Amino acid sequence: MSDVTRTQLLPGVFLTSVHTKKFKSSLLSMTLLAPMAQETAAVNALIPYLLRRGSEAHPDLQSLAAALDQLYGGSIEPVVRKKGEVQCVGFIGSFLDDAYTLDGSGVLDPAAELMGELLLRPYTRDGAFCPDYTRQEKANLVDRIRSEVNDKRQYAIDRVVEEMCRQEPYGVGRMGREADVETITPQSAWKRYRELLAHARLELYYCGSAGTDQGCFILQKALAGLPREGGYEVPQTLVVPTAQSVRQVEERLNVAQGKLTMGFRTGGITAASPDYPALVLCNALFGGTTTAKLFLNVREKLSLCYYASSSVQKYKGVMLVSSGVEFSNKQRAEDEIMAQLEACRKKEFEPWEVEGARRYTVSSLLTALDSQGRQEDWWVGQAVAGLTQGPEELARAVETVSLDQAVAVAKSLSLDTVYFLNGREG
Amino acid sequence: MEEKRYERLGESFFHTVLENGLHIYVDQKPGFQKSYAFFATNYGGMDMRFRLDGQWVDTPAGVAHFLEHKTFDTKEGNALQDLAANGASPNAFTSTAMTGYYFESTEKFEENLKILLSFVSIPYYTQESVDKEQGIIGQEIRMGDDEPDTQVFYGMLEGLYAHSPIQVNIAGTVESIAQITADTLNLCHRAFYDPGNMVLCVTGDVDPERVTAIAREVLPVQGHAPAEKDHGQPEAPQAHMSRWEKEMAVSVPIFQLGFKDTPPQKGGEWLKWELTGNLACEALLGTSSPLYARLYNEGLVNESFGYGCEAYPGAAFLCAGGESRDPEAVRAAVLAEGERLSREGVDEALFQRLKRAVYGSMVRGLNSFENLCINQAMAHFCGYDYLDFADCFANISKADVEQTIRRVVVESKTALAVVKPKGEGK
Repeated sequence: MSDVTRTQLLPGVFLTSVHTKKFKSSLLSMTLLAPMAQETAAVNALIPYLLRRGSEAHPDLQSLAAALDQLYGGSIEPVVRKKGEVQCVGFIGSFLDDAYTLDGSGVLDPAAELMGELLLRPYTRDGAFCPDYTRQEKANLVDRIRSEVNDKRQYAIDRVVEEMCRQEPYGVGRMGREADVETITPQSAWKRYRELLAHARLELYYCGSAGTDQGCFILQKALAGLPREGGYEVPQTLVVPTAQSVRQVEERLNVAQGKLTMGFRTGGITAASPDYPALVLCNALFGGTTTAKLFLNVREKLSLCYYASSSVQKYKGVMLVSSGVEFSNKQRAEDEIMAQLEACRKKEFEPWEVEGARRYTVSSLLTALDSQGRQEDWWVGQAVAGLTQGPEELARAVETVSLDQAVAVAKSLSLDTVYFLNGREG
Repeated sequence: MEEKRYERLGESFFHTVLENGLHIYVDQKPGFQKSYAFFATNYGGMDMRFRLDGQWVDTPAGVAHFLEHKTFDTKEGNALQDLAANGASPNAFTSTAMTGYYFESTEKFEENLKILLSFVSIPYYTQESVDKEQGIIGQEIRMGDDEPDTQVFYGMLEGLYAHSPIQVNIAGTVESIAQITADTLNLCHRAFYDPGNMVLCVTGDVDPERVTAIAREVLPVQGHAPAEKDHGQPEAPQAHMSRWEKEMAVSVPIFQLGFKDTPPQKGGEWLKWELTGNLACEALLGTSSPLYARLYNEGLVNESFGYGCEAYPGAAFLCAGGESRDPEAVRAAVLAEGERLSREGVDEALFQRLKRAVYGSMVRGLNSFENLCINQAMAHFCGYDYLDFADCFANISKADVEQTIRRVVVESKTALAVVKPKGEGK
């Protein structure tokens, strides 16, 4: 069992702390939670990148890099995540654990200090963000938004979500829209930054060898001076339980392979539902593993693709299927995917399929405990959803959930949107 | 078994060689949920021509990778499913010079290890299953055709090398894999999948003696000398072509800049080459270098920028790449900086910081079982032990790094590959 504690450090500031000596590194993250909304998505996404450019004490990239080198090559990366309909912006830092430094010097304390400095005391010009940094980071954000199309597999997944949830905040892109980036000024970004600092929920995460008390002490010190002016509630996520009708969307690009993605509503089941373990098992049976229906049939039996898999967006109540197929095989693949879902609904499973899905799911949940990064992502998500269940608890629930419950979940899945990335004609 | 301890890193490797020639390395990690086993052969995409039983054989591009896919087939069915049904997550990859099969599991480790060793060492290839796999791998190749990072990397290799087989796509082409038959696979298995040409690396809460006993029980008692490989004539020191380019559906140009070096000798020299190469990249264009800050500020590189060095039999290079609006300007700036460093030397304080930073990052990397096992397997094939990096590091001087920059960062040894946005845009 891992040793997880949750502490309120300041008004609207919570620390999830995992105490363990098994890693060579410590992981530290600071995440501000904002509602996912078209108007603020771009500026929220820009802020951690602007902050990462420089602070009062380390005003440029080179002095920051030198400070991180001194901390044994520690890293502090800006991150922008979407958890349900909450945009999570901040930093993830990874540092050498104090036990492994060559000269016995401590790393955690100065590392937390540096991260706090980046969050609270940015490099400014005339009471706002530096115009040069703002211009450069706006250009980088535009590049980042545009380059989403470069990874076709992920792009097709993002596009089906965008189309399916076009009338929900979940359909808003994680990084916002290019047009909204253009309108940001050093002053407008500054204003939004000060709002977030004063009013947004701040989630902190630490995993490493330091005890909880020491972690709290170090982080409280690092965040001294954080303005807190009320608010702090975590934005809620709207769950649409069922699809009304199936929508087909096709897009054409210059590609060699077609990408088929399908979005399903889960009947309202999310990570917060009692039926969630059944959804997890259902996903593993249908398309989550190499013993799953999709892998065995769409790939192995019909050789239609190299990959065909399903995944759950657990805070939104959405399941996605993703596959890469020859353009001419789109309909065959789609039909076969639906036929396999039908088989799940009819409970057509060999005992080894069920056992495989269950064992695989339990194992992949438990191995999250061996990765600082995966644990961090898990706990930030749980904090957003107001949940306290750890990976081991979910693993235990998956151990005992029945096949009938998983089949019932399969029956409650409804297809909402089919997206196909096609090649250019001729 | 003998134990080699690395006190400073808090690690130790148990090592033994079986009578059949198999080397086994085990790193015990108490307190972790999962165990990880990696079984690899010194045979990869570049090993297309070899001598077996006195006969020189030429095999089609992509055969090592094809073999990897089909090796999971067993007389009884498919080992991927057997492992998954036991809760293990199995997979495999083929790289330029190595093919590795692995699983991680939180239960039934010994049973899973037996399955792994058994399916990899016992060939079972039928023409029917070979024919079916053509479709799956064909789609994998198509997927790679749409991946700009893959394309630009091979482009750089085509630029650097006139004939070295490292420039041949590991997956082959749809045409080349069409020539593969069950006989080809049997031949290649016999040539390279012999315990004497393989290594087993295990990390986790496991007993090294049990690992050895299982390997003895499952694998053939006798080993054979592996086939002799032919990678062609030595390459000229200068790059084959200065520039390579291709148009694809991307948003911004994606580039890879390569610097051709003389391949190192196997053993300690190989390790020293890799560490020195990494430090040379850091000093020349790493995130702490003066050049990087300038390129970033001018918008010539962004956060996608990455760099490193790689060595293979008969081929070694430094490289750097990412997105850029003007890749030629990046090349010119890197060459100018190389010239400056060759003349003025690397700043002493920067060098000391970089050593500390690279060391810390490598120690942090030891958290990952995959990283540890794969790196040890590669190190074994190259004649050293991966964890020796800590001691080797201490002996690398500023002059070593400057010598590498002086030798490699010159115009005649560079090749720039660029994937350009297709004229019609997105």
